[in-house]
Amino acid sequence: MNVPLHVRIQKRLAIPRWLELSTAIFSLLLALAVIAVVFRALGVDPIVAYRKIFRGAFGSLYGLSETTVKAIPLILAGVGLCVAFRARVYNIGAEGQLLIGAISGTGLALAFPDLPAWLLLPGMFFVGFAGGALWASVPALLKARFHVDEVLSSLMMVYIASELVNYLVYGPWKGLSEMGFPYTDKFSASAQLPRLFRTRIHYPTLILGLAVAAVAYVLIHRTKWGFEIRVTGENPPAARYAGMDYLKTALLVMVFSGGLAGLAGVGEVAGIHYRLRYPQGVSPGYGFTAIIVAWLAHLNPLAVIVTALLIGGLLVGGDAIQVALGLPVATIHLFNGVILLFVLGGELFTRYRIRLEWRQE
Amino acid sequence: MWNFVLSALRAAIPAGTPLLYGTLGEVTAERSGVLNLGVEGMMIVGAVTAFGVTHSTGNIWVGVAAAALMGGSLALVHAFASITLRVNQVISGLALTMLGLGLSGLAGRRYIGTPIGTRLVPLALPGLRDLPVVGSLFFRYDPLVYLAIILVPVLWFIMYKTRWGITLRSVGESPATADAAGINVFLVRYLAVFFGGMMAGVGGAYLSVVYAPAWIEGMTAGAGWIVIALTIFAMWDPVRALLGAYLFGGVRVLQYRLQPLGISPNLLNMLPFAFTILVLLISSGGVLRKRIGAPAALMQPYTREER
Repeated sequence: MNVPLHVRIQKRLAIPRWLELSTAIFSLLLALAVIAVVFRALGVDPIVAYRKIFRGAFGSLYGLSETTVKAIPLILAGVGLCVAFRARVYNIGAEGQLLIGAISGTGLALAFPDLPAWLLLPGMFFVGFAGGALWASVPALLKARFHVDEVLSSLMMVYIASELVNYLVYGPWKGLSEMGFPYTDKFSASAQLPRLFRTRIHYPTLILGLAVAAVAYVLIHRTKWGFEIRVTGENPPAARYAGMDYLKTALLVMVFSGGLAGLAGVGEVAGIHYRLRYPQGVSPGYGFTAIIVAWLAHLNPLAVIVTALLIGGLLVGGDAIQVALGLPVATIHLFNGVILLFVLGGELFTRYRIRLEWRQE
Repeated sequence: MWNFVLSALRAAIPAGTPLLYGTLGEVTAERSGVLNLGVEGMMIVGAVTAFGVTHSTGNIWVGVAAAALMGGSLALVHAFASITLRVNQVISGLALTMLGLGLSGLAGRRYIGTPIGTRLVPLALPGLRDLPVVGSLFFRYDPLVYLAIILVPVLWFIMYKTRWGITLRSVGESPATADAAGINVFLVRYLAVFFGGMMAGVGGAYLSVVYAPAWIEGMTAGAGWIVIALTIFAMWDPVRALLGAYLFGGVRVLQYRLQPLGISPNLLNMLPFAFTILVLLISSGGVLRKRIGAPAALMQPYTREER
């Protein structure tokens, strides 16, 4: 090639904060612009759609409360994924772990309806965490013992979990008072989480999520274990050289992130539905959306709170355009995919310095 | 019993055909060193494109070609992100799947419940099709089934016996060496990923215009992910891809054939996914650190500067 002008890409040694933030915002705007073009091409007026999305999510107190409701599971699952992804352990199965958490919590609620709330609710969260962690431990152990790729195995476990929910709500757990719907019976009052005023915000789960985000932040940045996670993810050879056990770290972060997704599942059944329902009824893909939430936050657990609210708003807005414009549920995946791609692409501009240079001959 | 086995085997081949197309494509892409987890997304976009185009032109072949082109174009998004922008291939592929699911849902909303209006006639090889047992087992499928089967030896030959194949494999094994030998690493990878997308598109097309034939939102139902697992199971080899795809076709058939026996359909639906995990377990090589046959530079973006 004899073009004198060429592109030079250099790795940045330090990434300035302002650059990180402005690239993220710019990527997001660019993504929204591309989606607008796609909308137009498929016969949907993008301006009408975006106005409905924004109004639906942030334009009223009700919208804001619903945005928060959707952010709760995203925070819990997203924080877990931050920790796992930091170690470059790709837990893609948070959706399944969330569902197993919901199953576990439901199991306890249905088995001991008469326990007092102060005992039953924490118990549900406990078994939910354990269930999610256990479900995640399958791909984790397969990876640690047999070197099975965790991306696929964790994902396959989502499909299995989803069918397990179906099996339960259509079969042995089918509610007697639900008139044929694939639901379990309604939980007793002591298995129902309190809500904030007249919204659907089940605040105990929200507080749990915020606390977990703070704990995870401290864990990653201030503890020896967090240091091992970061080194394992950023420089595997160095981690090995320092005698860090990669497989042990992988196992632990996987189980931890699975547990947090399980908590999100308990929050949904105990705070929103008061029963276990068919899988899409419990979670419209929170576990997958949490991947975007974590990535948008640059794998920073505290930033997850912000990105979860943002994406939560998008979900609420997505519901609004579904109803108003008759768009399919899958539309939201379009947003998820395009935003994720642009955020990923934008990272190049933060990690590298890109220059046009005249070649000296 | 014999009839049950025979008809199950007969059904396994069409059921495995979309998987075979997808796996052949993914094998090619991964051989060049690019993991594309977007197969599910490319397949579903292929499915909706094929259905829409077939519906409006009345010609299945035009529909299939359009699906290949759309699958390939979508793959270029991943190629640009992972080869040029060097982003994380796992997350980028995942984003592509989401994008494809969303796009297909939006584009397909007008086709739900619409009949396709035309169908692919099974190739009737005179004489052969009337042979007992063998005739019904091997000689009564539609042309797309045979096209997939023909692609297997063709791809095998290209991969192992031609210059193109050496180029492709060297780029996936050692891009720096290939570059030093004057091979355009970026171009080879782009082409391999594009081909992978085309094949995924055809796989999706098979589902919507031949197998179903209908457009159902989310109709790939995890087939794209099974393709990724099959690629590992096949150890990146086209011939083993054929065996794997038909094996999974068989599992899918079993899933429907066992239902009348009173086993919960939900539990049976778990079958292909549980089987995938089992297959991953078998093909991950146990104590061997490295996966057998995996391209050495898989998932590693190539940069000249950091050589």
